[in-house]
Amino acid sequence: MDSKTLIMEDRQNCVCSQSDLVKIKAQDINFFYGKQQALKDINLDVLSNKVTAIIGPSGCGKSTFIRLFNRMHELVPNTTLTGRIYLDGQDILGACVDPAEIRRRIGMVFQKPNPFPKNIFENISYGLEVNGIKNKEFIEGRVIESLKKAALWDEVKDRLHDSALNLSGGQQQRLCIARCLAVKPEVLLFDEPCASLDPISTRKIEELILELKKDYAIVIVTHNMQQAARVSDYTGFFLLGELIEFDKTEKIFKAPKNQKTEDYITGRFG
Amino acid sequence: MCLLKARQGCILPRPPNMENMIKVKERLYKWLFTILAFASLIFLVGIVIVLFKEALPIFKKVKALEFIFGKFWYPTYDPPEFGIFPLILASVWVSVGAMLVCVPLGVGSALYLNEIASHKQKAVLKPLVEILASIPSIVYGFFGMVVLAPFLQNLLHLPIGLCAFTASLTLGIMATPTVCSIAEDALSYVPKSFREASFAVGANRWQTLVKVVIPAAGSGISTAIILGMSRAIGETMTVLMVAGGAAVIPKSFFDPVRPMTSAIAAEMGEAPMGSDHFHALFAIALILFLITFVFNVIAEAISRKYRIKLGLSG
Repeated sequence: MDSKTLIMEDRQNCVCSQSDLVKIKAQDINFFYGKQQALKDINLDVLSNKVTAIIGPSGCGKSTFIRLFNRMHELVPNTTLTGRIYLDGQDILGACVDPAEIRRRIGMVFQKPNPFPKNIFENISYGLEVNGIKNKEFIEGRVIESLKKAALWDEVKDRLHDSALNLSGGQQQRLCIARCLAVKPEVLLFDEPCASLDPISTRKIEELILELKKDYAIVIVTHNMQQAARVSDYTGFFLLGELIEFDKTEKIFKAPKNQKTEDYITGRFG
Repeated sequence: MCLLKARQGCILPRPPNMENMIKVKERLYKWLFTILAFASLIFLVGIVIVLFKEALPIFKKVKALEFIFGKFWYPTYDPPEFGIFPLILASVWVSVGAMLVCVPLGVGSALYLNEIASHKQKAVLKPLVEILASIPSIVYGFFGMVVLAPFLQNLLHLPIGLCAFTASLTLGIMATPTVCSIAEDALSYVPKSFREASFAVGANRWQTLVKVVIPAAGSGISTAIILGMSRAIGETMTVLMVAGGAAVIPKSFFDPVRPMTSAIAAEMGEAPMGSDHFHALFAIALILFLITFVFNVIAEAISRKYRIKLGLSG
């Protein structure tokens, strides 16, 4: 009942007014796959209505890091996590916190578009159904709203009951974004959302991210440094499981403090 | 092109007779595999031809419909009666019963293996299930005859333990590992990304399983069920041992029955070659073949649809 009422209400209203607010705070994060340490002593703040980019070479722990925010790491057996992650000041890693609730509040878009093998409408209504919403008119309204926000509505409005797998890669990825938006999250995590997309689709997703920034706190993991420079306000550079440098994007790209960051940005390695 | 040839020439200077050797070898392999590939086709065609050739004479004496829907199977009486309806009914009876056992058991254990079991448990259980699938059917028959039949007879106060019910149970247990193994494969083919996407919007494990994983693996699971079913309907040894063998129309699950396969196996030895009885048994085999053939075609069609649905290459 509690979660239902939470999700029904329009959360943006209460978030928008407070800009430059710490939305997620990661404190002293250490993370292990088995005995191998994947993340070392990471402290990082994600601000509301800002895009935070996480860059770094493959295998540096970027994806691992953002998967902690919505507790997706719990799906992988044999992992250990120490440290705290706060969402609006609330510790989300606590044993009494329902991960499903956290995942509703922190949506995620994956590297490869992963629509369900269902039709377009069902793909978006799914998140509402699993959260116990049965009112058909409400669901329909929310589906349309989400598709519009994800800039997909005009392309699919005449074929909502076609299989989602018939869409192009870029459309599928925007569908996945719409699927996230439907449950009204507060934060959006993008895990290399354009890795499998062509440049035109990539541009559309980037424009969308800039648009969505108005309503959400956004974290984007990317391989592509130009992309980080184009869309983000803050950038964190990861290397071998450590956060080497975290600052405003401009500073990271124009005047990095750390030599390693500079080497990576200028393409000397990675 | 010329340059390329010249280059190849200088990297791999082969004597001309070696070139020939390679060519001969290649041709040899090609022929060998072509023959092997066609062998199975030839066997299939041969079997079908023999089946039809030996089965058709009976239909000159008995009309096909009378043969299939005739209520009495008295092949050795004078005059003989060739109605295989009791046999078909027995096969259906036993197979449906077996399905009722093997589908919940097989699919349930597949779900357990895939969704709940830890890696260690799965590493032990999955091979065990596959070993279970490789036990010869006569061993299951023994088990049914010696253990299950007396047990059920005492438990349910039956006049005879060897009946359709016992056969169903034994066949069901036998088909369970097949169903489980194939269904488990189908479940593990469901991409991890579907589960992640489901969890990421706040679904719990049960919702993910019921609304995403099972529908995505649905056609694979139905293939498993159909293949298990066709194994049950084609099974001979077990039903010969535990079904009771009475070629009359069964009135309940606890009547002894004689499925089509066990009629063929039991009577082929005593039917004089070329007699009407002999041809009738071939006709039963033909009908059985058509039934399992249809099952397999359906299974194949479903699994193809499923591959397309998941976006895997056909």
